[in-house]
Amino acid sequence: MAYLSLENVGMEFKTSKARFTALQDVNLKIERGEFLSIIGHSGCGKSTVLNIVGGLLTCTSGGVLLDGQEVNDPGPDRAIVFQNHSLLPWLTVYDNVRLAVDKVFGRAKTKQERHDWTLHNLSLVHMDHAIRKFPEEISGGMKQRVGIARALAMEPKVLLMDEPFGALDALTRAHLQDSLMEIHTTLGNTVIMITHDVDEAVLLSDRIVMMTNGPAATIGEILSVPLPRPRRRLELTEDPTYTHCRGEVIRFLYERHRHADAA
Amino acid sequence: MTVTANTEDRPAGTAAVPAIGRLLSGFVATLPERGRALAHTTVPPLVALALLVGVWQFLCTLPGAALPPPTKVVADTWELIANPFFDHGGTDKGLFWHLAASLQRVAVGFALAAVGGVLLGVLIGQSSLAYRGLDPIFQVLRTVPPLAWLPISLAAFRNADPSAIFVIFITAVWPIILNTAVGIRQIPQDYRNVARVIRLSGPEYFFKIMLPATVPYMFTGLRIGIGLSWLAIIAAEMLIGGVGIGFFIWDAWNSSLMSEIILALVYVGVVGFILDRLIGLIAARVSGPRGRA
Repeated sequence: MAYLSLENVGMEFKTSKARFTALQDVNLKIERGEFLSIIGHSGCGKSTVLNIVGGLLTCTSGGVLLDGQEVNDPGPDRAIVFQNHSLLPWLTVYDNVRLAVDKVFGRAKTKQERHDWTLHNLSLVHMDHAIRKFPEEISGGMKQRVGIARALAMEPKVLLMDEPFGALDALTRAHLQDSLMEIHTTLGNTVIMITHDVDEAVLLSDRIVMMTNGPAATIGEILSVPLPRPRRRLELTEDPTYTHCRGEVIRFLYERHRHADAA
Repeated sequence: MTVTANTEDRPAGTAAVPAIGRLLSGFVATLPERGRALAHTTVPPLVALALLVGVWQFLCTLPGAALPPPTKVVADTWELIANPFFDHGGTDKGLFWHLAASLQRVAVGFALAAVGGVLLGVLIGQSSLAYRGLDPIFQVLRTVPPLAWLPISLAAFRNADPSAIFVIFITAVWPIILNTAVGIRQIPQDYRNVARVIRLSGPEYFFKIMLPATVPYMFTGLRIGIGLSWLAIIAAEMLIGGVGIGFFIWDAWNSSLMSEIILALVYVGVVGFILDRLIGLIAARVSGPRGRA
């Protein structure tokens, strides 16, 4: 029994006139501690998959099992890192994380423990220097670090990331990817990350799920990335396994499932 | 616009003396700068005011002018200006008491409108069924002029004071409802998703997400509402009588005391301006620059 499994997940959206099948027969098993990316062209429904696992959307067929329990609503055991960080602008960096900590561990931890836990998670993402700042006072990369800290602080069974670095410039993105790898090594989280960046997927993932184009999108192929960890960006650029994996993903995306609009 | 406190550390004891000297010389050095900034904001309105009063003086001293020039207004009403606190019983009171009576009515009516408006705004902002049901009615009712409500409220309350307060309420409540509702409908889906993931309960969502996210919109409504209240109370008081600045104007008109009317108008304008700024100030303190853009 896999830690997280998606069984025949399908999603239909009803519009006033027609039914639109977004996803069909998505089957996926994820082991504890695994880092999995989902890649595909825009509009292929990869965010829909993530939102179904997150419980923000309810699939119209099939189901999701996490640690033996069915998922049917959102919850802190499936914390989400949103693409645009979604920090509350009227709360400081500290309070944004603390809000989640108080809510999730309000009973289990004392006030002091919750304070320490908040700081601990902010230091995991190297944001302990700016805890009193408001979101508008820090850069985009820092906001996303705080978003990650907030999600980690919930101690989720699976961490869901929806194109977490999509809105960042290349250098900042590289820094955050390194931080994320470091955290994944330390904590051993189970992660599902949506991305459209091939290098990001290969660098970070244990497996890459490649999705076909919609409508009725489904999993086209799953690629294992057998690179040993810890992985170092610079050493990998010449690595034949890395180049091979990268080539596989690019071939899938641009040869076999070329996007209609991209032609 | 948070006010940052002066956090300069002052060394204790004798060491303070040179420090104060430094501070002073620093202050003196910035004086021309400060003076220029002050002049920048105060000189243009003062010049414009002087011009306006000059034109008024010129026009109203022409032969056949129906209204008194400013010099005559001040001369005629010097008693009222110099002594706003007298009270000879009845409606023969100083302007302060008239303004206070009007402000009191506005305070009660506006407070009711603020509470009712925010609650109704939350209702139609949150529930699309309530929105579809109530919004058309609100859109029609809000176009009814404040004074048109007065006869109905007089008939219902059979008393001048509650009627005036009701007119304030019904005037101020619409912009508060509609702006609050817009604010709530504009809460980004992201914030709702965050609330769902961490499983905020209904009341927690209300206080931790909805209220802070809507405050700037609410205050836009409150600010429009207070302006309308002040407009309405003057008109309502003209009709219902009693103590109040509106009645004072009407009474002066009946006694053909043009100068008193003009003086009262100046006071009404200044008070209205202060009310508006007051709400603006509270809004800035509450939401600050952290409010949602």
